[in-house]
Amino acid sequence: MNQAKSKKVVKSTLVKIFIFILVIIETYPIFWMITAALKKPAEFVSKPAYALPDGLYFQNFVDAWTRGNMGLFFKNSLINTFVALIFIVIFSMTIGFAVTKMDWKYKNFFKRFFLLGIMVPVATALIPLFQIYNKMGLVNTRLCLILTYIAFGLSLSIFLVTGYMRSLSNEIMEAAVIDGCGIYSMMWHIVVPLMKNAAVTVLVLQFFYKWNDLIFSMTFINDTKLKTIQTGLLYFQNEFGAKNWGAIFASVSMSVLPMLVLYMILNKTVIEGMTAGAVKG
Amino acid sequence: MKKVLGNKKAIALFVGPGLILYVGLVFVPIIWSFVYSFYSGSPGLKWEFSGLTNYKKLFIDQRFMDALVVNLKYIGMVMLGQVVLGLCMALIFKFWLKRFKNVIRTLIFFPVVLPTVAVGQLFAKIYEIQPNYGLLNSLLSNIGLQEWVQPWIGQASTALKALSVMDVWVAMGFYAVIFYGALLDIPDDVMEAARIDGCTSFQMFRHILLPLLRPVTITCLVFSFSGSVKMFESAMALTGGGPGNATTSLSMYMYNTSFGFNKVGYGSTIAIVIFLICILGTTIINKFDVKEEA
Repeated sequence: MNQAKSKKVVKSTLVKIFIFILVIIETYPIFWMITAALKKPAEFVSKPAYALPDGLYFQNFVDAWTRGNMGLFFKNSLINTFVALIFIVIFSMTIGFAVTKMDWKYKNFFKRFFLLGIMVPVATALIPLFQIYNKMGLVNTRLCLILTYIAFGLSLSIFLVTGYMRSLSNEIMEAAVIDGCGIYSMMWHIVVPLMKNAAVTVLVLQFFYKWNDLIFSMTFINDTKLKTIQTGLLYFQNEFGAKNWGAIFASVSMSVLPMLVLYMILNKTVIEGMTAGAVKG
Repeated sequence: MKKVLGNKKAIALFVGPGLILYVGLVFVPIIWSFVYSFYSGSPGLKWEFSGLTNYKKLFIDQRFMDALVVNLKYIGMVMLGQVVLGLCMALIFKFWLKRFKNVIRTLIFFPVVLPTVAVGQLFAKIYEIQPNYGLLNSLLSNIGLQEWVQPWIGQASTALKALSVMDVWVAMGFYAVIFYGALLDIPDDVMEAARIDGCTSFQMFRHILLPLLRPVTITCLVFSFSGSVKMFESAMALTGGGPGNATTSLSMYMYNTSFGFNKVGYGSTIAIVIFLICILGTTIINKFDVKEEA
């Protein structure tokens, strides 16, 4: 009896240690990055990399924000992501509604047609897109990035929205119609409020996708004034030199910040939103 | 009811704008890529129809073959790592973890929300050896494993592995959460019954959990596959494709060919290959799905 009990204690301790190590592996690099962003340049040379900073040296953040143009990149990313998200939500809602609940001949065809896009690797469309934008004089504008973000955000978003739309009860819509509701007021007063969860899921998922975009902004933008945070980060080293670790860490920390804040506040929604793309598949 | 939902004008308004963008910027470019793949040179510069020449060229192009091998190795390592480790973590949560489930889930999911380029920069510093040791090397040298200290991403033998480790680190929590959700859906009485019948933990996993987890495993594999076929952002951010071509993926080779060397026709051919690998891979993985309704 006693032996069985002590065996159990050993096992649960081992499990605890194991889980603890796992959590450390997943979170320590992030912690290290933030602390390293607060180190003075000399500390990187005189102390091992894992040492904690001596004090709080915020100059790195100031450098990254001003000399490293992080402020500018931040603004660009925010504008592009924000505008694209608004349209993605609007379009995926209206299209999702039209292909599941409305009455027309080709709705199943169009539904499938939209869903085809989920499988498309971005790289396949990249060259022609560049040619199109180049001919139209849209290379190096915000517009071409935003348009691309919207177009490539649609398939998965529509897929998610149609999943939610199926649970929308026909009785409610019928009652609204009997009360004299037209299609537009029904959309706005009935469908949209009931589809709030769908909208949040789409917003969360697409926010992370768009904020993370590198390949499009790298290809379509080479004007420093219009660069987004990801392209900015990629070439950050060139501007500061590989030796200025503090500024690099500060800039990386800053790019991570919006995600961390969002995640801290809405962690359950974020987890659900991000995994929705896979789970609902 | 019918009249309201059949309103043609409303349908056109609801579907139209999105459809135009989708057709113009996703669908047409793919067809366009396909057409381009039969041309050599680049538009406006020695641009002529060349039939299947580009496709034949793939087979003798050593750099394409290298990129293909790198990409396939990467897919293999990353898929295996993400899905297997994700599943293991989910099993630990379900069966061993009693308290703090939510806190630990939140912590484990942390890396998933980080921007890829930021993670790349972070890991570049973790793996660094010059001018000063990065996190990994300084830890190794301090615990007395000086001989293990090496330029992790600066040498061809470890660069791709280092990259894969990074991508597994990022996405492990994502798959753990998905598997955990699926494990919670398995009714407790099924496992209870198996235990009463004298099932060992391994038998339980092999004969009860694995079959029940099959659909979600397939989903995860597809997800991980389509993520790793694309292989661009993380490699670009961590190694830039180097050293040499050791971490240059198909997407990166395509990018360099068409935008660096201006060979748009050949670049498009590589883009089509990526597309085909993506379709082929997903179809194969989906073949393992048991069709219950069918």
